[in-house]
Amino acid sequence: MADQTYPIPGTLDTTPSRGAALLEWVHSWVVTVDHKKLGILYIAYALVFLLVAGVEAMAIRIQLAIPHNHFLSAELYNEFFTMHGTTMVFLVGMTLIFGFGNYFVPLMIGARDMAFPRLNAFSFWMSAFGGLLLYFSFIGGFGLYGMGSAPDVSWWAYAPLTAKAFSPGHNTDYWALALIVMGFGTLGAAINTLATAFSMRCRGMTLLRMPLFVWLMVVASADTLIVITPLTAAQVMLIIDRYLGGHFFDTQAGGSATVWMHFFWIFGHPEVYVLILPAFGIASEVIPVFSRKAIFGYPAMVAASVGIAFVSLSVWAHHMFTIGMTSVSNAFFALSTMMVGIPTGIKIFNWVATMWGGKIRFATPMLFCTAFLFQFLCAGLTGIMLAVAPWDWQLHNSYFVIAHFHYTLTGSFVFCFFAAIYYWYPKITGRMLSETLGKWHFWLFFIGFHMTFDTMHFVGFLGMPRSSYTYEPDRGWTTLNMIISAGGLIQAVAVLILVWNIIDSFLHGPLAGNDPWDAWTLEWSTPSPPPPYNFETEPVVRSRRPLWDIKHPNDPDWKYER
Amino acid sequence: MQRRHSLLLTRAQVFSLALAGMGAMPSGAQGALTTPSILAPASTPAHEIYALSQFVLVITGAIFLVVGGLLAFVIIRFHARKTDAEHEPAQIYGSTQVELAWTVIPVLIVVVLFLTTARVIFAIQDAPKPQSALDVIVVGHQFWWEFRYPKLGIVTANELHVPVSTSTMPRPTFLQLLSADVDHSFWVPQLGGKTDLIPNHPNAMWIDPQSTGLYLGQCAQFCGVEHAKMLLRVYADTPDQFAAWVKAEQRPAMQPDAHNADAVAGRHVFETQACANCHTISGTAAKGTFGPDLTHLMSRATIAAGAAANTSDNLRAWIQDPNTVKPGALMPAMQLSDQETDEVVAYLTTLH
Repeated sequence: MADQTYPIPGTLDTTPSRGAALLEWVHSWVVTVDHKKLGILYIAYALVFLLVAGVEAMAIRIQLAIPHNHFLSAELYNEFFTMHGTTMVFLVGMTLIFGFGNYFVPLMIGARDMAFPRLNAFSFWMSAFGGLLLYFSFIGGFGLYGMGSAPDVSWWAYAPLTAKAFSPGHNTDYWALALIVMGFGTLGAAINTLATAFSMRCRGMTLLRMPLFVWLMVVASADTLIVITPLTAAQVMLIIDRYLGGHFFDTQAGGSATVWMHFFWIFGHPEVYVLILPAFGIASEVIPVFSRKAIFGYPAMVAASVGIAFVSLSVWAHHMFTIGMTSVSNAFFALSTMMVGIPTGIKIFNWVATMWGGKIRFATPMLFCTAFLFQFLCAGLTGIMLAVAPWDWQLHNSYFVIAHFHYTLTGSFVFCFFAAIYYWYPKITGRMLSETLGKWHFWLFFIGFHMTFDTMHFVGFLGMPRSSYTYEPDRGWTTLNMIISAGGLIQAVAVLILVWNIIDSFLHGPLAGNDPWDAWTLEWSTPSPPPPYNFETEPVVRSRRPLWDIKHPNDPDWKYER
Repeated sequence: MQRRHSLLLTRAQVFSLALAGMGAMPSGAQGALTTPSILAPASTPAHEIYALSQFVLVITGAIFLVVGGLLAFVIIRFHARKTDAEHEPAQIYGSTQVELAWTVIPVLIVVVLFLTTARVIFAIQDAPKPQSALDVIVVGHQFWWEFRYPKLGIVTANELHVPVSTSTMPRPTFLQLLSADVDHSFWVPQLGGKTDLIPNHPNAMWIDPQSTGLYLGQCAQFCGVEHAKMLLRVYADTPDQFAAWVKAEQRPAMQPDAHNADAVAGRHVFETQACANCHTISGTAAKGTFGPDLTHLMSRATIAAGAAANTSDNLRAWIQDPNTVKPGALMPAMQLSDQETDEVVAYLTTLH
């Protein structure tokens, strides 16, 4: 207790200067172990790199808009498409899923934080430094002129193009080391998510009452644990090859190029599911709320998710139908790949059944999720086409494949995460995003997306291979490429609208209140933004939709749930 | 078997029309095109893949219509209206029967798709090699193609000549695929699917073009800086044309005419400068194997794996600095004097 009567000699100004306050604020973000702040850091980090990868994509599309263009040199083009892929998968995809996972898994299961808060901070900063290491390559080597030694061996980095003989300098080293560093961060985040979901659930929340987003994060994290390991092992072997005279992948010394392919794709294919499963989780939260109905067939949705995770571990060699495997191997991987369609089909049917008989409100999150349903249907069907091994011999490494995986990763993953941003931004910031700008964002992105990626299927049918910095004018690809590039530009405008919306609404958006969407999961029972401790008292739940039970005391879910 | 095939072809025609309706799709056309479309097959493997793809398109198209139609119906029928009652809609938590149905139906579809796929995999990949087959060894290099005809004693580059194959006189070409450096992929869409060329991992594929002409393709596995300009030309020749081509290629290189002083001097430059380290011209001292064989350079329409037309001007530009034509090509600028360059070009243009 300070004595009011006898002030301490001299003035003691307790209000810090602006500079000190700023420093204090930055410090609080750097040392934070709060899952919400780390979640925001992950998401902000992902959005920054989404813009960076977007700039790379735009440069690629300007280069390919006309044949024999000289906008980018061959070297720069190869760096840009390598970095675009690597950035989108590791710096945008992985950080977005763990960003939203970090923020909402504890809130949705009624916990006050993740299971291991310090590991959480460690994981984020490992991922962040891995990304910075990757991008430092642009100013390493020969510096920005010629764009430094950014990786230029494609994001699948097939051996032996990565061997010292064919990739001198440090381009490949930046790539391999950055992925190792980010891999540790990712493993930490995955372990943390699993531990949180399994041991931190509030009273009454059995595993089969967890929100589907949490379930999907669990499944994705389990897959992450399994597949980051071979990736890291492969990177270590690559570094050994490059610096310690190893011959794992060095074909000139008897190493095997195909072993790298197996290592990479046994990571690379499940990785796609690691990304898309949390997107399914978002759709499984948004679609019921905006259709005003419980999710249709919750147990089947959980089973299908686990099923997808298991089957996804046995399909990797469908990336390798053209490497000369035996006919029996080709048939096996064709079958296993087609089988993914079964649990995936169940999910699509259940989402449509959830909407059936509902009162669908097409607010921006629901618009994105509805478009996701349509695009994911198409992506699934083109996936079946690519699983038909002989057809894949034609389509592999053509623009058809580019179209297919952008339908999954942009048309499905990015669309769902845009939905997540509109859905959960009010919870994170306490303010609503502008619906008007949201609709502009949606429609422009939707139109641009279809101009770009629908057209890519056809240019693939016409024999245009991927990873090529230019093409011949007489091949009949010119008009289509111009359309693809124009669509890309429209998507870029749409993303800028989102950025503006995020900034403007943070300052001027209408206040959200606890529960702006009239939703049913626990995160909507806390204030927006939630206090550091999340819940004043530990919630107790009796069903999958605790807030529905509170809002409809005469007709609670727990009477009907199976 | 024959009946089934004709059934598929009918569907093929239907789909060609449908795809042609979408515009910009030169489908159903026969013979070689400048657009290397997989929708215009001209060789048995490409035909079989095309027929299979029609079948798969029918199935996936049907699924698309059913599920997409359901989704459209749901969006139109069940969107919230101002006239709706205030209360929430009826909550339905699931239905075992319905879910069982939409599990079993996809399983059946997968079974059908898989069996059809497996049949074509084995038909193409394990096709027996007939006695009449032509053998060619394809070696992928950064960033060009080497073609060796072991039984004919021919080595050439970037432009593959094969005989046309007809039902009365089947003459398929069996390719053995090797790589001298990194991974590449041999892809001529009208003739068949692609197969990768991987060091230490020999692969094989076969083609049998049924009509004559020039089929275009290119490398389909990212192989480094100039991957985009690793183009591929396959000439399907009539039996007579092919026999004549073989005869011409089997000759050693032309001796430059003694009156053509430039060409004589050019040969000397070629043999005494670094050119000879990487290139072979049979019958001369040039025996290098790192670059393309130039013995019959002028029989080819392009240089630098299709990056430029084979003209004196382009040859001169290429020799002075390959990077101006194809940045990242592994051939160095030769640092010859203008006169030496002219002489070498004069010599090279005699190599018919």
